[in-house]
Amino acid sequence: MSGQTVPVDYSGHMLDLDEDEDLEVFSKKAPVADGNPMPNSPSSMVNQFRLEEDEPQDVNAKDLFITVDNPESHITAIETFIMYRVLTKTTRSEFDSSEYEVHRRYQDFLWLRSRLEETHPTLIVHPLPEKFVMKGMVERFNDDFIHTRRKALHRFLNKISEHPILSYNQHFKVFLTAEELTSHRKQGPGFLSRMGETVRAVANTVRGLKSRPEEFAAMQEYVDDFSNKICTVDKVTQRIIKEEREYLDELKQYGPMYGQWAESEGNLAEPLKAVASCVERCGKETEEHAHHLSEVLVPTLHEYILCAETLKAVMRRRDHIQAEFEAKNEALASRKSEQEALQEEVDGLSDRMEGSNEALKGDWFRWKAGMRTDLKSAFVSSAEKNVDYYEKCLAVWESFLLSQRAESSDQQDGEDVS
Amino acid sequence: MAEDGRDELLGTDGDSEPLVAGRSLRNKGVEQGCSLLRRMEICVAEAEKRSGRNTVNMQEIFTVYLIETRSMEAVSEGHNSAPDSLWRRYSEFELLRSYLIVTYPHVVVAPLPEKRAEFVWHKLSADNMDPDFVERRRVGLENFLVRVASHSVLSNDKILYHFLTEEHGWREVVYETGFQAKAESRLRALSATFRVRNTDKRFMDMKHYSDELQSHTSQLLRARARVADRLYGVFKVHGNYGRVFSEWSAIEKEMGDGLQSAGHHMDAYAASIDDILEEEEHYADQLKEYLSYAEALRAVCRKHELTQFELEMASQDLISKKQQREELATGIVRTFSFKGMTNKLFGQEAPEQREARLKLLEELIAEGEDTVKEKTVECQEHVERAWVDMQRFEEQKDKDLREALINYAVMQISMCKKGIQVWSNAKECFIKM
Repeated sequence: MSGQTVPVDYSGHMLDLDEDEDLEVFSKKAPVADGNPMPNSPSSMVNQFRLEEDEPQDVNAKDLFITVDNPESHITAIETFIMYRVLTKTTRSEFDSSEYEVHRRYQDFLWLRSRLEETHPTLIVHPLPEKFVMKGMVERFNDDFIHTRRKALHRFLNKISEHPILSYNQHFKVFLTAEELTSHRKQGPGFLSRMGETVRAVANTVRGLKSRPEEFAAMQEYVDDFSNKICTVDKVTQRIIKEEREYLDELKQYGPMYGQWAESEGNLAEPLKAVASCVERCGKETEEHAHHLSEVLVPTLHEYILCAETLKAVMRRRDHIQAEFEAKNEALASRKSEQEALQEEVDGLSDRMEGSNEALKGDWFRWKAGMRTDLKSAFVSSAEKNVDYYEKCLAVWESFLLSQRAESSDQQDGEDVS
Repeated sequence: MAEDGRDELLGTDGDSEPLVAGRSLRNKGVEQGCSLLRRMEICVAEAEKRSGRNTVNMQEIFTVYLIETRSMEAVSEGHNSAPDSLWRRYSEFELLRSYLIVTYPHVVVAPLPEKRAEFVWHKLSADNMDPDFVERRRVGLENFLVRVASHSVLSNDKILYHFLTEEHGWREVVYETGFQAKAESRLRALSATFRVRNTDKRFMDMKHYSDELQSHTSQLLRARARVADRLYGVFKVHGNYGRVFSEWSAIEKEMGDGLQSAGHHMDAYAASIDDILEEEEHYADQLKEYLSYAEALRAVCRKHELTQFELEMASQDLISKKQQREELATGIVRTFSFKGMTNKLFGQEAPEQREARLKLLEELIAEGEDTVKEKTVECQEHVERAWVDMQRFEEQKDKDLREALINYAVMQISMCKKGIQVWSNAKECFIKM
C-alpha cells in the first residue's frame, strides 16, 4: 500500500467540504453546499471514479458518507466509557452493503489511526481529538467535552473518507463495517514493535541525517513555523473569548442599574428602562458571539495545532526511512562479503525511500489545500459572525432612538407609542 | 440676602436694551430682569499652564482657563472685533460657586466639573494635567458659566458679572461681600435636620430624591467604568491577531496576502477603541454633572430644614417668654424655674425688682415677635422660591438626561457601524486567503 503514489498537485481537485459538518449528512434538508442530493441507492449514483494514478478524482463523486453521533454512556464493572454510533452510506463496490451502523469507542478510533499511520507512514493522517483536556476538566464525561469530541471524531472519519488513498485502506473498511472490532484489533503489529519503531525514530533524529533533500528541509521549516503561528492564533482566540465573557459579566451588572434608577424617576423612567433593555439585548448578542467562536473557530484551530504535530511526526518518519537506507548503503560500501544480499536490501530500502518521499510530496499539497480551505472557512465565518453581532446591536440602539423620537413628537398628543 | 430680590418680579422676558460692549456695560450697571446669556456670549475658549507661587510660597503649576465674552449686539451686527477675555483658574470658579450658593440658598446652583478625575477606568488618565482631562474640564467650566448666566435669578448677580469681565481684584470684591459670614455652620445645619418638626413634605420628598439620584448616578458611573475597562481589553487583544497574521503571512504563498491585509484590519480594530471610549467620557461627564447636582438639590432642602427649624426655635422661645410673663404677672408658677425656687425658699422678691423683670420681658417678647415674623417670612420666601427653582431643575434634569441617553445610543450606533466596517473588510481579506 505504501507503494501507491498520489498525484502530486491536488489543489485543483479538492473535494467540497460541507460547511455544516456537525449536522448529520442524513438530515431531511438537502445539504447546503453544492446541491448534491444524498444517494439513496447505489443505482442513483451517476458516476464513480476510482482513483488512478493519472486520473483526477471527480469532485462531485463523493461516494462515502459517514456520520458520528449518538454518544452513549456504557458502564461496566471495570470502567465507564462512551460509545459513538458510526453510520456509513456508500456506493463503493468494495463494500458488500450500502449502509452500515456500528458502535465505536475512542480506543477504536485510536486503533484505526495507528493502523493507518503504520500502513502509510509518510501520508498525513488527520489527527484525533486529544485523550483528555488539560485544564478545567472536572469530570471526564461532561457534556461539552463529549460534544466537542464527537464533532472531532466525525471530522476525523470524514477527512479519512476524502483521502484518495486512506479511504481505501482495509482497516478503515473494517472499522466502518465490522460489528465487533476487538477481534480485528488483536491482529497487526503489536505494542512492542510500535515501541521499537518510536525508539528508532527518536534515535535517528538525534543522530541526524546526512542531508535532507531541499524540499523536505523547506517543509520542515514551514511545519515548525506553522505550528508556532497556529498555536499563537489559538491562544489569542481563547483570550478573546475570556475577555468577552468578562465584559459580558460587567454588562449584566451595568444594564439593570438603569432599571433601578428608573424606579425613582418620573419622566425619565421610560428612556432609562429602554436603555436597560438595550444593554441586556446587546449582552445576549455578546454571549452568542463568544459561543460561536468556541464552536467554530476554536475547534478548527485546535485541529490544526494537532495537524502540526502530525506533520512533525510524518517528517520524522520520513527522515527515519532515509536514515535506514543511508545506513545500509554505507554498510554496503564498507562490507566486502555478502555484497549481493546487501545490495538487494539496499535496493529495497531505496525503493521504499523513493516511494515514501513521493507519497509525502503528494499528500503535502493535498494537506496544504485542505488547511487553506478549512482555516479560510473558519475565519470567514468568524468575521461574518462579528458583522452579524454588530448589525444586531446596531438595530437594538436604533430602535431605542426611534422610540425616543416618537416619544418626543407624541408628547403633545399624549399618545403612547412603543 | 440677595441684592436683587426685586429682579425676579420683573421676570425674565424683558427685552434687552441696546448695549455697548465691554467695560461700559459695567459702568451702566447690570440690566435687570433678563438673563445674562441673552445679552452676552460666553465661552471658555482655552486652557493654559501657568506656574506661580502659592499661599505657602511654594512653586506650583496650575491651569488657567480663558473666558471670552462678547455682547450679543456685537455678535448680531457682525463685528469682527475680538471678544473681551480674561484668565481664571479653577479655584476662582470654586469661589464664585461658593458665593452663589450662600447668597441664593433657594437656587439649585449648577455644579462645577470634578476637581479630580474620578470613576476612572484603568487606561484613562487620573492625572489632572492630562490634556484630555483638561479639555473635558474646560467644557465643564463653560457649561457651568452658561447654566449660571442663563438662570433667571443668578444671571443678575453683580459678582458673577464681575467674574466674567474684570480679571484683577475680583477675589477681594467677593470677600468684601462678607458672604462667608452668612455660610451656615455644618453643625447648625445638621442639628436642624435632626430636630426640626414640621417640614414641608415636598421638600422631604425632594431630599429623598436627591439621595436616590446621587446613589444611582454614582453606581452607574462605577459600573460604566468597569464595562469600559473590559471592552478595552476585548478590542486590544485583537491587536495580537494583527501581529501573528503578519508573521504567518510570511511563510504562506497563496494565503499570504489575505492574511496580511486581514491583520491590518485587526490592528485598526484594536486601535479604534481609544477614540470610542474617549468619546464615551463625555457621556460620563453628563452623568457626573447630575451626580453633583444631587448635592446642590439636597443643599436647598437642607436650607428649608434650617429656616423652618429657626422659625420653630424662635416661636418656641417666644412662647416660653410669654409664659414667663404670665407667671410673673399672676404669680402662678407653672414651669419650674430656679428663680421661682429661690423665691419660695427665700421669700418673694421686692416689687421693684419684679417690675424691672417684667419690663425686660416685655422688651424681649417684642423682639421675639419681630424675630418670629422675620423667620416666618424667611421660611415662607425660601419655600416659595425654592419650590419654583426645584421645578425648573426637575424639568431641566429630565430634558438633559434624556438627551444624554440619546447621545449614548448615538455613540453605541457609531461604534457598531465602525465594527461592521472593519469586520466586513476583514471578511473580504479572509475570502481572498
